[in-house]
Amino acid sequence: MAKRIDVTDLDIYYGSFKAVEGATLSIEPRSVTAFIGPSGCGKSTMLRALNRMHEVIPGAYVEGKVLLDGEDLYGANVDPVNVRRTIGMVFQRPNPFPTMSIRDNVVAGLRLDGTRRKKAELDEIAERSLRGANLWDEVKDRLHRPGSGLSGGQQQRLCIARAIAVEPQVLLMDEPCSALDPISTLAIEDLIEQLKERFTIVIVTHNMQQAARVSDTTGFFNLSGIGKPGKLVEMAETDVIFSNPTQQATEDYISGRFG
Amino acid sequence: MSTTLEPTGTPVPSSAARGITGASVRPGDRVFLGLSRGAGLLILLTMASIAIFLVVKAIPALQANTANFLTSTAWFPDQSPAVFGIAALVFGTVMTSIVAMVLAVPVGIGIALFIAHYAPRRLATALGFVTDLLAAVPSIIFGMWGLQFLTPHMEGLGEWLNTYLGFIPIFTNTLGLYSKSILIAGVVLAIMILPTISAITREVFVQVPRDHIEAALALGATRWEMVRLSIFPFAKPGMISAAMLGLGRALGETIAVALILSASYDINRHITEPGGNTFAANIALRWNEAGPIGLSALVASGLVLFVITLVVNMGARAVIARRAEFSGAN
Repeated sequence: MAKRIDVTDLDIYYGSFKAVEGATLSIEPRSVTAFIGPSGCGKSTMLRALNRMHEVIPGAYVEGKVLLDGEDLYGANVDPVNVRRTIGMVFQRPNPFPTMSIRDNVVAGLRLDGTRRKKAELDEIAERSLRGANLWDEVKDRLHRPGSGLSGGQQQRLCIARAIAVEPQVLLMDEPCSALDPISTLAIEDLIEQLKERFTIVIVTHNMQQAARVSDTTGFFNLSGIGKPGKLVEMAETDVIFSNPTQQATEDYISGRFG
Repeated sequence: MSTTLEPTGTPVPSSAARGITGASVRPGDRVFLGLSRGAGLLILLTMASIAIFLVVKAIPALQANTANFLTSTAWFPDQSPAVFGIAALVFGTVMTSIVAMVLAVPVGIGIALFIAHYAPRRLATALGFVTDLLAAVPSIIFGMWGLQFLTPHMEGLGEWLNTYLGFIPIFTNTLGLYSKSILIAGVVLAIMILPTISAITREVFVQVPRDHIEAALALGATRWEMVRLSIFPFAKPGMISAAMLGLGRALGETIAVALILSASYDINRHITEPGGNTFAANIALRWNEAGPIGLSALVASGLVLFVITLVVNMGARAVIARRAEFSGAN
């Protein structure tokens, strides 16, 4: 259920603005990869380019290659809709569908792929996904209540349940804890630890301790100046990045000298 | 249109910066409180006085009437004895409005959706501007256009409906005449309320939070699936409000309908045939020639129109409130 991603020489543009330049990196299956770096360095853009979500903004495009197990995500006859079904995403702010119940939120993605499923099957998938997101025990008695009635941390785990219900190959997380309190953050981090046994996970975070805690590999992004594109400065095993980085900029950033 | 009203009492702010003792209500707050309370009361008083006026003025005619006010289709209030009823007016008003809503709601929502989420930005801006302009065109203009331009062009449609869908009673045409019909009045009303509906729904569509849209897209939703998952649920109360505003305009529209319909007081289910009448058009056409009981009878019909719009509005609000817990608001 997990695939690898290889990015080669990727430039990402929003219209005429180049947001990320020359990114080359590999993401191993069943691992957690963290992108860190100061605001505006392109790490979120890089993440979104992995499932073509950046194309939601009109005029966005890329040059270069993103391969999912060797298959080019930007190939001529690749439908971004299918890319996003294969590579799921969790956002900074929990965004359950407000008009749907908890259960319907979880199975929302399953209603999109065109196959009709029985109610019992959907119920089963909902339970499995909620268990997978460590939320089942908290919501099993109110599956038909609105998802927007949950706490922020619960909503975020609901969104994770929704994302894993469609059994994606890769799970992208764009600062999934930045709107949450420390306890909820811990719950999500524990969850990431469990999920990496089944999924390839890429997480963008502002929190370096978080990157150090959850990730196997860390990529540090930086930008050389205002209005200049962001670049991947270096990427290595998380231990190496945090103890023995090869670049001065990485060293400065992780030791809190800027950013 | 809108009838319920929440009193807008402002919460009184507690202590402020300069020391902690002193009056807890500042003069500005007091003035604003008074103004907002006054405005709220004024609306309630206006509503009440309209209702009272309608009831009081309607009583003489209702007492003089020898026919059944609700089921009679005659309109001779100034005869002695007076004979009049609103059945034909209810029918004409409801039918023209139904035609208008059936045509205008889906098209209006489609236009709004196109402008808000499909069209390229420059086209969207231009289209949005045009719809807003159309919403402001006075109804007399639509009436003249409908009478002079649309009526001749609509006769072909009437014939077509009779030929191919004539087995449905409302499309049957036994007269061979297709002008000045309820259908044409309904189409003109539809065009009139279309900009209202699309302008308001567009406004709601563009307010759908980006979070909700991205949630759907990230699950692998196509554009249309995103619309169904994120846009419609969030915008539903606004869409209903927009439809109700359009319906209110259609129910109460006077001049355009008075110009187009050839006024008659029978209930003719064949909506492509000439004839029919509505509350508002009837009041406008009859007011100047009416005697004392005639005026009172017209006011009585106005009271019914007033009640119909109230009921429609409250119904819409009930629909919106029913699933408030699941709305996008929380």
